[in-house]
Amino acid sequence: MKKAGLIMIIGSLLLLGLFKFPLWNIMLGAPQYPDPMGMNIYITGIQGVQEFDIQNIDGLNHYIGMQKIPKPEAMWEFEVFPLVIGGMAALGVLLGILGFFGKLNYWWFLSWVLLMTLLGIMGMYDFNAWLTDYGTNLDPKAIMKMTNLDGSPMTYKPPLFGHQKMLNFDVDSYPALGAYLMFAGMLLTLLAFFVGKNEWIKKYKYL
Amino acid sequence: MKKSIKIIASLLLATGLFSCNNSEQKNEGNRGALASNAAEKVYVAPGEHDEFYAFLSGGYSGNLTVYGLPSGRMFKEIPVFSQFPTSGYGYSEETKPMLNTSHGFIPWDDLHHPDISQTNGKLDGRWIFVNGNNTPRIAKIDLKTFETTEIIEVPNSAGNHSSSFVTENTEYVVAGTRFSVPIPQEDIAIKEYKGKFKGSLSFISVDPEEGHMEIKFQLIMPGFDYDLSHPGRGKSHGWFFFTTYNTEEANSLLEVNASQNDKDFIAAVNWKKIEEYVNNGGGKKMPANYAHNIYDDKTHTATSTMKKEVLVVDPLEVPGAVFFLPTPKSPHGVDVNPSGDYIIGNGKLSADLTVHSFDKMIDAIENKKYDGEAYGIPILNFEDILAGTVKQAGLGPLHTEFDDNGNGYTTFFISSELVKWNVETREVIDRQPNYYSVGHVMIPGGNSREPFGKYAIALNKITKDRYLPTGPELEHSAQLFDISGEKMELLLDFPTHGEPHYAAGIPAEIIKENSQKIYKLAENENEYATLSPADARVERDGNKVHIYMTTIRSHFTPDNIEGIKVGDKVYFHVTNHEQDFDVPHGFAMIGANNAELLIMPGQTKTLLWEPKQVGVWPFYCTDFCSALHQEMQGYIRVSPQSSNIELSWSLGED
Ligand SMILES: [Cu+2]
Repeated sequence: MKKAGLIMIIGSLLLLGLFKFPLWNIMLGAPQYPDPMGMNIYITGIQGVQEFDIQNIDGLNHYIGMQKIPKPEAMWEFEVFPLVIGGMAALGVLLGILGFFGKLNYWWFLSWVLLMTLLGIMGMYDFNAWLTDYGTNLDPKAIMKMTNLDGSPMTYKPPLFGHQKMLNFDVDSYPALGAYLMFAGMLLTLLAFFVGKNEWIKKYKYL
Repeated sequence: MKKSIKIIASLLLATGLFSCNNSEQKNEGNRGALASNAAEKVYVAPGEHDEFYAFLSGGYSGNLTVYGLPSGRMFKEIPVFSQFPTSGYGYSEETKPMLNTSHGFIPWDDLHHPDISQTNGKLDGRWIFVNGNNTPRIAKIDLKTFETTEIIEVPNSAGNHSSSFVTENTEYVVAGTRFSVPIPQEDIAIKEYKGKFKGSLSFISVDPEEGHMEIKFQLIMPGFDYDLSHPGRGKSHGWFFFTTYNTEEANSLLEVNASQNDKDFIAAVNWKKIEEYVNNGGGKKMPANYAHNIYDDKTHTATSTMKKEVLVVDPLEVPGAVFFLPTPKSPHGVDVNPSGDYIIGNGKLSADLTVHSFDKMIDAIENKKYDGEAYGIPILNFEDILAGTVKQAGLGPLHTEFDDNGNGYTTFFISSELVKWNVETREVIDRQPNYYSVGHVMIPGGNSREPFGKYAIALNKITKDRYLPTGPELEHSAQLFDISGEKMELLLDFPTHGEPHYAAGIPAEIIKENSQKIYKLAENENEYATLSPADARVERDGNKVHIYMTTIRSHFTPDNIEGIKVGDKVYFHVTNHEQDFDVPHGFAMIGANNAELLIMPGQTKTLLWEPKQVGVWPFYCTDFCSALHQEMQGYIRVSPQSSNIELSWSLGED
């Protein structure tokens, strides 16, 4: 399983891109913001796309009573995510090396993929929960209390994925480079499973 | 009956003659197709940007205006020599020192000739230099912030008019005097003008990093009027040329008495030679008193320093450095073509243009072909240095600018036209009327080795009927020409602010990316800055009260202040905490005897208010900063002088 082991190692290492590149990106554009403001969500915290974007988004959001964008220390996620990603990358590399020397079989690779997928779904679920809280848990003393046509209070949850019109803003929310590297890595580890299976069968079919 | 036919016939004749005389103007009105073509050429669609920046001097407005070409849209007025209540320039405590001079605080000047900094003869778009004509000063505007960041007063000068032109690498910005004066100033009879009055030509060095100016030396010349000047380019780099008039040295009724000599001079100054002389210890230090004012982007504060000495150079002490080139009829502009081969004298009382050859000038100097001297300065022989004349080009030439195809464009004030001619052949190629009485012309980069010969703007002195009437006082008018073809084509008229004496243009892409959007609050080093709203406070020091205030959409911190007394000097130090592009806050206090403040993101500005009446007085934000702008206000309680109400301040308390 030399080939599969290598692919597994490379795939797992691609996860480390998340330490350098953002996982997700949310952009806010409006007529008076021809250069849209944006936030890059890293596994270690949220940063502005431009230097003062976070401050400016917070400044606008305070009119409608939204909370400030959290600092890294304010959310446990920014401590746990790096550990999980780092741990999974290390585990993947370890599995790859063991696979390379034929010490374990290809099912381990698939197990890693499934575990990673499960963690990913949990991460997305958590992220969505934060977006919901961020967009709906509004200050009762907000300067502007907007209501929908039916009279219910308007909420401002940014989309988890895709485009949404919110008041005067166009909000776009999409995965960013770190996430694409992670997806590519996960595809490679899945590939490692299939390649490993082939290699394994070839090696052991005469047994 | 017979009589009436006669009358009709003569009327017809008169109309016929009239329309003949005005055929040109009639054509103008009838060229609908052409006009729509012109409209396309100047149309910059909403949201699109112009191709060029144009910086137009404001003359007696004292300020510089920024326009776009080809649209003719005005973007900004940059306060330079005049107090500007719009932003508080010259009113705020931080900027008052910018207008300090040896005569004290001067709230105004007459701004004439902008010139953009250059590197290797090409526009580099770092700074723009302008001259104050009345109380002689040179200012530098930073093209990152479009703010005036330095002003240096020029001693021994009066009517600082042959200024402020830069050499090829911005080694110097040069300032010459129009009115000769006693140097040093003394109490003498005006009749003693001849011989006693002198003209100074100042070479102000520019530090290549920060652009700081310093008077390197002043050349003390005979008492003529030094009207305009121009640096050599390319091969003539190292020389500077100044036009003179009143070589008669009249001191009264100059209109007549200074127009008697058939020829005045262009003074050719080899500044490299004088620089070398000065670097070797030449020249004489002379007591002087002049202000040097510098504005710092980090402290957002100007400081004024009085300089007490200036180095003067007697041209006779540096042989071979200064020569006079005889030039007909009180020349106004002196212009050097981009290659540096020709020196054009625009004899404003003549119909011809004089084109001197730089090579011939050097040859005449090397062979000492002199035709006498004036105050010991050799006069070269007119015929020896003349390349040729542009014959009967128009009436009253004032100024010539160049394109990148070997053509000159000269303005004729009296015949009110712009004339295109070939610099080598000196043949007139085209002429276009100006509405009316054009002064200077500007081609972007036309003052450099590499002009951008696409547009020319004529800066007209008389407006009359060109726009809807606005009473006796009218703005001046500029006209934009497309000069990319053989013939010039009038594209657009647009009103200008003040009286533009000259302008400078530059392709937008050279500077627009560098234009700063905000000042970083974290880099704010103003002595009175409040970097966190938590530090907002009020402090009393005798009868001085310092209010450390912050602004963010949309409130002041603090917004309610008590304990101020009649007779106090209240300093509002307002720091704008916004870090978003184009979100200034304003500050206006009822009864303040000065102006408002307009504070850019990250900036601190200070307004002095001296309350005179007991009561509760509001202040507010003058810039419509947000939907809650109208709520951006506060109150100050002013108590009698004898009151012992303690200082207190708050925000958001009921
Ligand atoms: Cu405001």
